[in-house]
Amino acid sequence: MPIESIESIAKKGVVSVQDYAILTGRAIANIFQRPRYFSDLIVQADSIGIGSVPIVLLTGFFTGGVLALQSASSLAQFGATAITGELVSLSMIKELGPVLTSLMVSGRNASGMASELGSMMVTEQIDAMRALGTDPLKKLVTPRLYATVIMLFFLTILSDSVGTLGGAVISIFMLGQDGSQYFHTAYQTLQYPDILQGLVKPIVFGFIIASVGCYYGMNTRGGTQGVGRSTTQAVVVSSVLIIAIDLVISQFMIGVFGR
Amino acid sequence: MVTATHPAATTTGDDSAQPVLIFDNVSIGFEGKKVLEDISLTVAPGDTRILLGPAGSGKSVLLKLANGLMRPDSGTITVFGEEINNMPEEQLFKLRGRIGMVFQEGALFDSLTVRDNVAYRLMEQKVPEAEVTQRVTEALRFVELEQTLEKFPSQLSGGMRRRVAIARAIVNRPDLILYDSPTGGLDPITSTTIVELVMKQRDVYHTSSLLVTHRLQDAFALATHTFDREKNHMVPIANGGLDSKTNFLVLHDGHIVFDGSTRDLVHSDDPFLKEYLS
Repeated sequence: MPIESIESIAKKGVVSVQDYAILTGRAIANIFQRPRYFSDLIVQADSIGIGSVPIVLLTGFFTGGVLALQSASSLAQFGATAITGELVSLSMIKELGPVLTSLMVSGRNASGMASELGSMMVTEQIDAMRALGTDPLKKLVTPRLYATVIMLFFLTILSDSVGTLGGAVISIFMLGQDGSQYFHTAYQTLQYPDILQGLVKPIVFGFIIASVGCYYGMNTRGGTQGVGRSTTQAVVVSSVLIIAIDLVISQFMIGVFGR
Repeated sequence: MVTATHPAATTTGDDSAQPVLIFDNVSIGFEGKKVLEDISLTVAPGDTRILLGPAGSGKSVLLKLANGLMRPDSGTITVFGEEINNMPEEQLFKLRGRIGMVFQEGALFDSLTVRDNVAYRLMEQKVPEAEVTQRVTEALRFVELEQTLEKFPSQLSGGMRRRVAIARAIVNRPDLILYDSPTGGLDPITSTTIVELVMKQRDVYHTSSLLVTHRLQDAFALATHTFDREKNHMVPIANGGLDSKTNFLVLHDGHIVFDGSTRDLVHSDDPFLKEYLS
């Protein structure tokens, strides 16, 4: 197999970024142009949002629980187990809720989008759609993009709530802490910038999941092997981007709001 | 040898005399490799042009260029009198309303029923429900699959899927049909059924078409047979005659090496053609 030159690799990288930017730009703008496929948006919202509820609930609950367990054991050294609720709610709402929910949804839906659209590419269904007078970006990409952004926002709120509840269950029933104190500290510590930070992240992460999944799906080449490759790349790239962008957003928010 | 003639083709508008498709010195390549080079061809109203060529010679690419699914590197492509090289995708969608395309493996939408697959274009055009039902039934009756309305593509055989793809392509009563290897990978009996449908579309509706195939027996069946509406199947043209509206193109190594009638093709002295046809 011939080794590619650095120049050729760099060119491919630039072209990929350009293609990704064009695809996402058009997918966002399509919502303002007719025809709009609202029924497809509802179908995708059901598949992405409602379909992800079980994994988000389970992940959120156990994350909150383990967070309470670990925090309480560390805080006990300083005699500060009373602030377990504060630690759990801040961690869940600012970081773990958005990031873990996004990673779970990425694993489930970025792969789903890449494999579904990839299969349609290699079986010429996308070409058939264009030949039948439909813009595949409007019909397939735009509904997935908006559905993921909207549903991930609500899934994150669900995950935050269940996570805090999971922490409470562990704190009360396993660690013997006072329930009202747990919820009181969990609530009192929260300020608007924390909530804002926790709600901005899923919007950005939802955009990453859908755009990366659709980009790899729509650029699938090479039969079933290509579909497998696209699926793997979509999950890996979206997961890494979520974690990297999380750092950027956190730094930005701390810089702006001071917490 | 006699030649069977056709009544005038039924193209719409005032462009009934001009060619429906013109390729003028069209070239395209991928990753530095030329796939098609200086291709020039014309499809006149009512003509059936059969594009022959070995696998990998660029036949499917040529069909995608004709439908604007790919853009050429150079040359011009004119469809129904409009140059499509630089036509925006939105305008192409409208133009494609007059073109039906049958893809190599059918390319039916897995998640839709046969009815919804065939009705897809009509539903996108917001055609009233009653008319959609009537036209879908009509198209499926044409391919003799009215009983499969509520089935999914995965529940159909390969040949049935190809017939549904034909129904989907003709439901809008197109002025030009592009067939990409409609019999590829099918057994001989099913292939004959598909060839008969292509012939029926040609002889009953006189639709212009460009058909890609590498199966010589199918190509020559189209040239030497006609569809008998009374018997509802194809019959050989009397006295060994040939269909006057069916002509051949042969593609080899990205070039058109033959463009002419069935008679000229079988009597060609070109060494490649002789070997290819033998």
